[in-house]
Formats: sequence, C-alpha cells, structure tokens
Amino acid sequence: MDIFLQQVINGLTLGSVYAIVALGYTMVYGIIQLINFAHGEVVMLGAMVAFSVIGALAGTTLPPLVIVLAGVLAAIPACMLVGYAMERVAYRPLRGAPRLAPLITAIGISIILQHVAMLVWSRSPLAFPQIIPLVRFYIGGAIITGVQIAIILTSFMMMGALTLLVYRTKLGIAMRATSQNPHVAGLMGIDIDRIISFTFIVGAALAAVAGVMVGTYYGIAHYSMGSLLGMKAFSAAVLGGIGNLAGAMLGGILLGVVEALGAGYIGDLTNNVFGSNYQDVFAFMVLIAVLVFRPSGLLGERVGDRA
Amino acid sequence: MKLLELTRLEVAYGGIKAVKGIDLNVPKGELVCLIGTNGAGKTTTLKAIAGLLPVPPDAIRYEGEPIGGVRPFELVRRGLALVPEGRGVFGQLTVAENLAMGAYVRNDAAAVRQDLERAYALFPRLAERRAQSAGTLSGGEQQMLAIGRALMSRPKLLLLDEPSMGLAPLLVQKIFETILAVAKEGVTILLVEQNARLALEVSSHGYVMETGLITLSGPARELLDDPKVRAAYLGESD
Repeated sequence: MDIFLQQVINGLTLGSVYAIVALGYTMVYGIIQLINFAHGEVVMLGAMVAFSVIGALAGTTLPPLVIVLAGVLAAIPACMLVGYAMERVAYRPLRGAPRLAPLITAIGISIILQHVAMLVWSRSPLAFPQIIPLVRFYIGGAIITGVQIAIILTSFMMMGALTLLVYRTKLGIAMRATSQNPHVAGLMGIDIDRIISFTFIVGAALAAVAGVMVGTYYGIAHYSMGSLLGMKAFSAAVLGGIGNLAGAMLGGILLGVVEALGAGYIGDLTNNVFGSNYQDVFAFMVLIAVLVFRPSGLLGERVGDRA
Repeated sequence: MKLLELTRLEVAYGGIKAVKGIDLNVPKGELVCLIGTNGAGKTTTLKAIAGLLPVPPDAIRYEGEPIGGVRPFELVRRGLALVPEGRGVFGQLTVAENLAMGAYVRNDAAAVRQDLERAYALFPRLAERRAQSAGTLSGGEQQMLAIGRALMSRPKLLLLDEPSMGLAPLLVQKIFETILAVAKEGVTILLVEQNARLALEVSSHGYVMETGLITLSGPARELLDDPKVRAAYLGESD
C-alpha cells in the first residue's frame, strides 16, 4: 500500500471539510471582524440533526442516498436558523461594542449550544446507521471510498458555488463592499444588517453540510464534536489568511493534508516515540511555523491594503 | 418647489454641537453650494442629511417628507445619494463592480446597463479601467468613480462632499465641468466645498457656514461680489 498517496487522499477528504467550515469563519470575520467561536457548534448541530433524521429513516425501505439527502435537507435549514438567530440575538446588539465583548459572547454561545445539544441528544454519541454500502476504489496502491469521493466532490462543488455567489452576483459584490466599508455600502442603499444576516446564514448552511460529511466519515456524531473541528477550521482560516475566501479553502485543504501526512509519518520520523495520535500536534506545529513567517496567512492581505 | 429643506437643524457630533441650528433650502433642479472653512460643520450637515447622524425627523424634509434619522440605505431608495468626503470607493472591487453597487437599489437591469454606458461616456477613463480594482486609480479617477457611482442610483438629489479635495487644479476643473453637466441633466445638487470661488461660479445659490451657523446666504453671483465673502473665502482684500 502506498502510504503517501493514501494519506493524501485521507487528508484531502478531511481538508475539504475543514475548508468548508473555515469558509464560515472567514466570511463572518471578513464582514464584521468577529471570530465566531460558535461556528464549530453549528457544524455539530448539523451533524446531530441530520443523524436524527437519518436514524429515524434508516429502518424504512427508502434508498440510502435519499435518506442521507433527507438528513442534509433537515440539517441545512436548522443550522441556517441557528446562524441567523445567533447573529440577531447575540452579536447584533454588540455591533458597536469593543471587540472583546462579542468575542466573549461567541465563546458563551458556543458553550450554550454544546449544552443544549447535550440535553437534547444526551452525552452518548449518535452512530451513523450502516446504510451506505462500502464502496472502495483502488488507485495507485491506495484506497478511496465512495464516501470520500462524495465528500471531496460535494466540498469542491460548494466552494465553487460560493465563489460564484461572492464574485459574480450582485448580492456577493454587496457582501464584499460591506466587508470593505460598511458606511459607504450603506450609502449605496445596501441594507448592512441584511447582508450580515445573509453571511451568517450562508456560513451556517455550509457548516450543516460539513457536519453531515464529517459525521458520515467518522461514523459518529456527538455534542462536543464541534470544538476541535471548529478550532482546526478556524486555524485553517488563519493559515490561509482570515477574511480571504481562497485562503480558507487553501488553508483547510492544506491543514487536512498536513495532518494526515503527519499521522502517517510521525511514527517513522520519531522512531515511534510519537504515534499517529499526535497528528493534531503536527498540524498545529505547521500552523505556527507558517504564521511565524507569514503572520497574515498564506493569502492574507496586509491590513494596509484594506480600503 | 423645495426638494430639500433644513429647519433649525442641530447636530451633535462626538459630544460637541457641530451644527447649531441652520436653515437651508435646495429648490428642485438647482445647484446649491455650502461653503466655509474646515471645521465649519459642512460635512456634519451633509452626513445628517444622508442619514449617517441622528437628528430629529422634522429638522430635515425631503420632497416634503420628514427624513431626519431615516437610515441611509432607505434614503438611497428615495433618490438621495451622497458622494462622501474622501470618495469612499471600494478599493478592492473593480471599477465596474463599484458602479454596479451604485445601482444596487435598482431592479431595471436594462436601464442600469444604459446608465453604465452613460457613466463610461461621461468618464472615458473609467471605461478604460473598468476591470481594474478601484484602489489602483488615481485620486481624480476615484472622484470620477465616486460621482459616477452615485449617479448610477439615478438620484433626484446628489450631495457632494468636497469633490475637489486633494486634486490637482486641472482635475478640479474637470470634476466641476462634470458637476455642471450632471446639474444640466436635471439632477438637483447640494455641493459642499472649500474651494469657494469654483463652487459659487457653478451654483445658483450659496450658503456660507461658520462654526456651525449659516452666516450668509443668497444668489451665488451676489456672494461672489460680496466684500465679506471676497475677503474671507476668495482670498482677496478690499
């Protein structure tokens, strides 16, 4: 088996999920300069809602694809609602406050959402029912599963769609205008509050799909799954240059691949002193190393360039 | 008919009263200027009109309706556009995207396309640079873009804040020619300027503002000949 290729495939799978989640962080940061620490919890809620629906439908005769799709279609509006409500209730009243206030609020929202999820779904993880037949493809000594292909394709399609939305539509241009200068954007007749709500909703929709993908990939979903995932995706956004869409995509995929390669080789490199369970350490070491040399991230703009 | 009417407008800005009760009228179809030195309260007045600063509703009437405190994006829909001081172009958006944002409130795509061509005809430099990001334009080009962008909303009332600021004399001339051309098309304009002579030369009516109060007003021709204005704002002594 080709370890390198296998780890690249695994890394690409996780990395594209990181990228989708990182987009949510970076979009919100780009528009209101807030690090929405509760974004990871939106991913978790997406997974939980979808798993509940999928679990309920698993006994029926519906084809697996329809069941998973039903889960996704339940998770997306649920997460959109949470994303919208979060901004409306917790962040909007603090719009003019010092930056630390909404940041602390975001951490608070994250804790609240985790505990609400714990109350609703209990502490024990939800297992993904065995409804998807395991499909394997062999390429050059490595294995790629059907689920992996689906995750990578879905992620890239969503990244493409988001790019089109932000760069090709009037609404997307208005989002970028608002992120550069909200006051002048208001003078153009752009309703800033609506644009900010929209940004949260789009980010939450992406998070919902990411939650289903990562849950399906690992086979389980639980109330605390959003923390580390959110932290990694946030790191990916920083790695790529926070506020920059392409940066979040690049950062996410890079972080996933580095992490997987780290997991694959860390034992060999350290004479088995460290095992693959140290993969997270490896990923964050790379993050720190990059930020030492490029503090604004790989594709991050210098702050002075902002209009 | 008065398109814009300020009645005893007072505006507090950062704890101090920057505008201390002014009356000002802009009749439909005319170009009116508000001149005065730096810090007189001209920009604050414009910001209040555009909805950027809180004021009591009745202090500002537009088309006969009280608009004090109405939010900027709603005013744009009603045909009131501000070209802010320092232009405020979106530096990372292209010239074409900036212009598209000017037409954000409009849904008549075909007419917007026509207006876009008109803006490019008015400012050929912008046409040449339509795919370039606005941040790479020169100061004069950015001012043209800011005016062109405001026109894309098809305003009834255009508020211009210091359009000549920081521009070379030749460009100032060009910008003022454009302002005149826009006024000739029937757009009502309230022009705030430090360059009092140029402003009065293009305007029909002028107001002079000093430390938050209107100290003089009248037909622009008369103000141009007024000894006090000549001494204080046109750099001439008796």
